[in-house]
Amino acid sequence: MAEPMQRNKQWHMLTVVGADRPGIVSKLAEALFRGGCNLGEASMARLGGNFSVMLMVDGADTATLEKLVQPVTDALGLHLHLDPILGELHRHVEPNVQVTVYGADRPGIVAQATNALAAAGFNILDLNTDVAGTTERPIYIMLIDGYAAGGVDVVERAIAPLRSGGIEVRVTALDAMIG
Amino acid sequence: MAVLEVLQYPDPRLKQVSVPVTVFDGALHAFLNDLEDTMRAGPGSVGIAAPQVDCFLRIAIVDVSSKPGIPQHGCLRLINPEIVQRSGEVKGREGCMSVPDYTGSVIRAQSVRVRAQDSDGQRFEFDCEGYEARAVQHELDHLDGLLFLDRVVSPRHDLYRRKVKAVLSD
Repeated sequence: MAEPMQRNKQWHMLTVVGADRPGIVSKLAEALFRGGCNLGEASMARLGGNFSVMLMVDGADTATLEKLVQPVTDALGLHLHLDPILGELHRHVEPNVQVTVYGADRPGIVAQATNALAAAGFNILDLNTDVAGTTERPIYIMLIDGYAAGGVDVVERAIAPLRSGGIEVRVTALDAMIG
Repeated sequence: MAVLEVLQYPDPRLKQVSVPVTVFDGALHAFLNDLEDTMRAGPGSVGIAAPQVDCFLRIAIVDVSSKPGIPQHGCLRLINPEIVQRSGEVKGREGCMSVPDYTGSVIRAQSVRVRAQDSDGQRFEFDCEGYEARAVQHELDHLDGLLFLDRVVSPRHDLYRRKVKAVLSD
């Protein structure tokens, strides 16, 4: 993919959303590859039946990227959004705390949990949420990986009050085994 | 003290299968010392395997004693190790000196029984679990040319859901 060391260089963040169907990623990647572009880090998720991807792209200016990708997204009925960004590879922050939150779905779970985490100086690095259960009795599930300088104890203290509201919260240390 | 150069993927040598040790001599002892020095020089590293330093013999070292409050056996020097029994499944995060700037979730056996030889060729056997068992499995994979990248699962991968499915389909 990219050359070994690239510091704070100009990239584009390409965002595509819309109704999901098979083959979207391949058509986007093909158009970018044929246009001489290089891909960086990316995250794709299917959210409520919708396709969504955020993709770091390098190798063309905004107008050129639009010319490359717009025909693909138009043909598939997807929304395209392009932002010039400063990006840096090889700068992953290793999470040290994982927080799992779940409970009967109700408004405000994410706001309460993330407010408590932010107040504890917890930096969210990865967050996934799902609504599971049934239509009649939905449950909300949130998995968060992040970094807190104070470690598990600080996060545990910060988030403990949520439990009284009927939400289950588990805080665990993440310690990658390096071998 | 000699810190050896650690091969980094995509070096194809990391995919090579290592051969058993047949000679237990002073050269082996010296190599084990260098291998251990190299492991300790790697930031946060709790294990190393000979192929990571360009030596394709079935040798690994695991030492998780720096991690507080977990079951462990101290510094394990394993010659010709093999896993003879495994039980349980657990997901955990792994990284590797040979794969910088990346960690990923890997499913490993919760506990394993290991049969190996020591640096003088004496056979021994031990049971380990959890973090130490994860380190042992990671290092033994190197001897077969496998990296944790060969076993990494999606962060969204749900072990519980998979198990429930497996039970239901039985």
